[in-house]
Amino acid sequence: MRILGAWTLSAVRRLGNIFTFLANAVYSIFSPPFKFGLLLRQIRFFGNKSMVIILLTGSFTGMVLALQLFYTLRKFGSDALLGPAIALSLIRELGPVLSALMVTGRAGSALTAEIGIMRISEQIDALTAMALNPVRYLIVPNIVAAVIVFPLLAAIFDLIGIYGGYAVAVKLLGMSEGTYFSQIETFVEMKDIRIGLYKSLSFGVIVSWICCYKGFNTRYGAEGVSKATTEAVVLSSILILIWDYFIGSVLL
Amino acid sequence: MIEIIDLEKSFDGQKVLNGIDLTILDNELMAIIGKSGGGKSVLLKHLTGLIKPDKGSVLVDGVDIVRLSGRELDGIREKFGVVFQGGALFDSLTVYENVAFPLKEKVKIDRKELHERVLRALEDVELLGMGKKYPAEISGGMKRRVALARALITEPSIVFFDEPTTGLDPIILNSIHRLIVDTHKKYGFTGVIISHDIPEIFDVADRIAMLHNGVIVETGTPDEIKNSFNPIVRQFIIGMEVPSFKP
Ligand SMILES: Nc1ncnc2c1ncn2[C@@H]1O[C@H](COP(=O)(O)OP(=O)(O)OP(=O)(O)O)[C@@H](O)[C@H]1O
Ligand SMILES: [Mg+2]
Repeated sequence: MRILGAWTLSAVRRLGNIFTFLANAVYSIFSPPFKFGLLLRQIRFFGNKSMVIILLTGSFTGMVLALQLFYTLRKFGSDALLGPAIALSLIRELGPVLSALMVTGRAGSALTAEIGIMRISEQIDALTAMALNPVRYLIVPNIVAAVIVFPLLAAIFDLIGIYGGYAVAVKLLGMSEGTYFSQIETFVEMKDIRIGLYKSLSFGVIVSWICCYKGFNTRYGAEGVSKATTEAVVLSSILILIWDYFIGSVLL
Repeated sequence: MIEIIDLEKSFDGQKVLNGIDLTILDNELMAIIGKSGGGKSVLLKHLTGLIKPDKGSVLVDGVDIVRLSGRELDGIREKFGVVFQGGALFDSLTVYENVAFPLKEKVKIDRKELHERVLRALEDVELLGMGKKYPAEISGGMKRRVALARALITEPSIVFFDEPTTGLDPIILNSIHRLIVDTHKKYGFTGVIISHDIPEIFDVADRIAMLHNGVIVETGTPDEIKNSFNPIVRQFIIGMEVPSFKP
């Protein structure tokens, strides 16, 4: 009983710390000075690290969707709707979620490791001792960069996925080229794009927040960094999926 | 002046500092010696406000920094320069950018003057040609010197050195010690140096304090420490001077 109480207490305290961390970062975003140079650097960091993997997974996701949905839709005799089925799956769901998971694995882990190393090599202490706020230098640029980059990467994922689906549908399954795109134009609404956008914006906040938090609170020792990195990736991925369900059920 | 009064700190039930009392006078170089893992770095982090104690105070020019946070603490930190144990250079910045960093971020200063001061600081530590290198590309001794230049560029009135020479060869060790003494003469600051280098530190420090089991067991001039009758001090100094050799 006492153990349970202690565990609950420490869990609550940790949760409190995570949210205080975010609140602190958000406060710093809106209080000058803002470090534009660092923001550009982190945008490049997310972009460079993730671009190849987004192109790769995006195209294959579109291709797999084409195969699967073609099979299903033909059973209902509505295979003309293959284009919009692929596009809607990507834009509303798979684009934001899969691209966020990919960026987490690629850039998020690197981010945690980088900040974790700064923690254990006392670089964060050095900033603090210089009377400079490490949150402003290390956390704020990453959160803002992620909020900008995640939607862009999701859009690229969607686009390349739609073209991947097109390649399979038209070249492989013999669908007519005109039908594929014209049906997409008919059925994809602004609302769908908005939902995808909300999702990837919030995923950007979640991933950068969790990965920065884990790196910032790395325990000393080399295994501290690897533990922080693993925890950051696992926790971010879980939260992405939970939040995806939540926001999906609210915005449907 | 820095006055440390009855400072206590535990980590996970383990008492690291157990009532530290120590006064560091203006413009003196105070060395703190003591065995590895004895809490010297922890003590230094209390002096810079990076760690809060369980009990006690740290008065910097009469202000208790233990009770300060945020802006007010940062205000006191403007006086500080800190050389961390491993150098703590920013990996993503070059040597030049590292040295320029505190000045560029803290002080309104025009480019030309910034450039001149960085060059002068690099010259002081004999690293004039190394500005374009990254920390990963330079040796341990060079890193310490860059850290020294970075800590001193804002002309702080109080400088903390956490083992600026540990693990370096005797020649570089002496050159860094000379650098500390020279810059101290040139710019004048209150210095706290954590050191393992016995007997070399005796030629650098004005006074020496020995930390043992979480308390300061002895304070004195180098001569007083050398001639101390305190068995803990004697054993530490002799143990450091004559490495025991077991075949
Ligand atoms: N942030 C921390 N959390 C928990 N324990 C800590 C922390 N910092 C230091 N310690 C513990 O405090 C003790 C003293 O550490 P400290 O780094 O001050 O030793 P030191 O005297 O500087 O040793 P060295 O000469 O090897 O640098 C060690 O047992 C260390 O494990
Ligand atoms: Mg130490």
